[in-house]
Amino acid sequence: MTTGTAALPTARRPSIAIAAFARDYAALILLVVLFIVLSVASSAFFTSANLLNIVSQQAPTAIVACAATLVIIAGSFDLSTGAIVAVTNVIAAQLAIRAEGPIVGLLAAVVAGLGLGVINGLVITMLRVHSFLATLATSLVYGGLALLLTNGALIPVDNSTFIALGQNDVGPIAVASIVLGVFAVLMMFLLNRTVAGRHLFAVGGNPEAAALSGIRVNLIHVMTFAASGLAAGVAGAILVSRVSSGQPTQGADITLNAIAAVILGGTSIYGGAGAVWRTLTGVFLLALIGNGFDLLGANQFYKNLVTGIVIVSAVALAASGRRR
Amino acid sequence: MVGLTPTSGPAVRLTKVTKRFGPNTVLRDVSLDLHAGEVHALVGQNGAGKSTLGKIIGGVYRPDAGTLEVAGHVTRGWSTRQALGHGVATIQQELSLVPDRTVAENVFLGIEPARLGVLTGGLEQRFEALEQRWGLGLAPTARVGDLRLADQQKVEIMRALARDARVIVMDEPTSSLTANEVERLHAVIASLRDEGRLVVYVTHFLSAVLGVCDRLTILRDGELVRTGPTDGESAESIVQSMLGRATDVSFVAPEPLVSAEASPRLELRNVSAGTVVRDVSLRVRPGEIVGLAGLVGSGRTEVARVVFGADRLEGGEILVDGEPLPARSPLRSIRRGIAFIPEDRKSQGLVMTQDVQRNVGLLAASRLRRRGAVSDRAERALAAKMIDELQITPDEPGHAVVDLSGGNQQKVLFGKWMTISPRVVLLDEPTRGVDVGARVHIYRLIAQLAARGAAVLLISSELEEVLGLSHRVYLMRDGATVGEVDPATTTADDVLFALFDIARTTDRTLNKDPL
Repeated sequence: MTTGTAALPTARRPSIAIAAFARDYAALILLVVLFIVLSVASSAFFTSANLLNIVSQQAPTAIVACAATLVIIAGSFDLSTGAIVAVTNVIAAQLAIRAEGPIVGLLAAVVAGLGLGVINGLVITMLRVHSFLATLATSLVYGGLALLLTNGALIPVDNSTFIALGQNDVGPIAVASIVLGVFAVLMMFLLNRTVAGRHLFAVGGNPEAAALSGIRVNLIHVMTFAASGLAAGVAGAILVSRVSSGQPTQGADITLNAIAAVILGGTSIYGGAGAVWRTLTGVFLLALIGNGFDLLGANQFYKNLVTGIVIVSAVALAASGRRR
Repeated sequence: MVGLTPTSGPAVRLTKVTKRFGPNTVLRDVSLDLHAGEVHALVGQNGAGKSTLGKIIGGVYRPDAGTLEVAGHVTRGWSTRQALGHGVATIQQELSLVPDRTVAENVFLGIEPARLGVLTGGLEQRFEALEQRWGLGLAPTARVGDLRLADQQKVEIMRALARDARVIVMDEPTSSLTANEVERLHAVIASLRDEGRLVVYVTHFLSAVLGVCDRLTILRDGELVRTGPTDGESAESIVQSMLGRATDVSFVAPEPLVSAEASPRLELRNVSAGTVVRDVSLRVRPGEIVGLAGLVGSGRTEVARVVFGADRLEGGEILVDGEPLPARSPLRSIRRGIAFIPEDRKSQGLVMTQDVQRNVGLLAASRLRRRGAVSDRAERALAAKMIDELQITPDEPGHAVVDLSGGNQQKVLFGKWMTISPRVVLLDEPTRGVDVGARVHIYRLIAQLAARGAAVLLISSELEEVLGLSHRVYLMRDGATVGEVDPATTTADDVLFALFDIARTTDRTLNKDPL
């Protein structure tokens, strides 16, 4: 009889357990280590002002990255988030300086982001274009749209209501950070507590099994891209409010930073496994590296180099000993 | 004229070769000599290990124990690349060609004429030389993807010849060829033999074995039954040797039906679908286990897929409780209480990145909602209940399914479908890659599902399993149901003879009239 042949021994050796822990929590361990190192190395680091400022600064990227987590778990990529930021922040500014006013402008950015995300999802599922290519193409379209809307110029907005989203605080905490908190919790809830979230993991983990389990695979994909577009719209609104002007070049680096953060955090690039908290870990690990360079007055020329090395080591650590 | 090294010994020698996949031993202590200048058939029932043996010779698999000698040398670290280097080429069932490249490019793939990695040309001339010698009649510049399957197979053969392969393993080469094409392939095989090469021919077509092969080896349950010349063999004598009882599995006898005259829960009338299913008619009553027996490629799986709505129905009718189903899709089927356990649990059944709880809860998730959120506690409880009921080990809902044994993975898949309390259950190879202990458990489960009133359609390559578990068994050949048998009065021999379409001179117990 060979029943009960579980692959895992019941009692693991401690060294194996530690290695497994390091694999599972590579980014988190690096984040904690970096946090401690910076606290010791710089007196300015472990202050509420600095830490709250980091969160507020990272809010747009983090929001986009949280939604990108869903897209990547479902097995796709969204390369158009930066371009959606560009279009939506321009739309917000243009409506804000017209009769519609600042509130409508900011809301319109969010709705437009959602719409552009749905378009991404429909192109991918209806036309059966691979997400990588489809969103690369739509990013050109959306980016071009942002330039057309503005003729390439900045649109300054001078309005105190408009800038509240990106610049004001509630008590000690920035409004943008609160938006990030709400959005992250929403994404966690969607992923872990809803039927759609369950189906999303199944679609990314095994599309064939998902389809044979009666899951509407295409609908799940459209949903993840809608979430991603919505997030980019929110990020666009925060950014336009923060700099109080609509800029067609806004958000250019947000796409790859968000995807890097998702993968760095430990979400599988092959889909099927991952978590929103992992993504936040990735975002703030990258942010602390930048913050450390600023606080320590280190040579900025080394910043990209160090960031790259950290990403490679974290991903290599997470992949060590993993079965293929 | 042929660049073959004359060796006194066999071209290929296997000594006590054993191969395991997980808990299953698919080849056990097989010792065999294959000689240059012969066409050697490997035959056996589905799952007897004939393909595995061919793949071991070709370097696709490595034996877990025992040795493989090629031209007198013991192989080490045998891989397809190594095998090719030693003149052993494999032509697999699934052709491995690059469809977008030309015939000549495919033939010389991996051995392109080049200097320091730069192509030197001359592909066409070399192809012409090959073509003159063998005359397979292929155009060198044709795109492989545009060729008919038979011609694609010729490309594979030329590829083997281009490397001057002395041993060519062919795995079911004729399964997708027309009678005409089979004849031409056999002519090529004969000329390969006449040149002093060894052709290993894996097949379940007995006419091919008797027509073109010089010697044959019969396998059963991973063990060698006998090997010898095909002279003096007949289809009947071969099939007789292929048969055998699974020794250590006891079947759970199906419960007698409460009412044998109940109207069918599932009925198929002259169903056709895709390229395989031509004409399938069958009925399954509530509480009944109905087997579907057929050879690989006869369209059994496709029947289950079309019933479940995974494939399109092209002709005929599918009725559930006497009602034709208008719009069909997996989702609608699940809502109607139809469960489908597919043949490949890893690629079609389970989400391997998730744990037991999530896999069991996948279909039930929407029922486990509490105020919009899926209740983790309810899902865990459901998983725990299934773990308990199905005796899944280890008994943790949080255990990753990827780490479970094949039998336990299969139980998880059953558990997932039991959460919808199915009224119709479609089982495709429910015990493939499952160890003996779990197998008995799964048999009991199937009987239980029927006892609870589900209509069960059981597809399996193992005839003993189909006959042992079913109330009735339909026979399927070339995409059509061709008969129905009563397992109580039918033996696996009878079924296999019918599936091979061999007229038996002695007692015929088959009832050839479907329905």
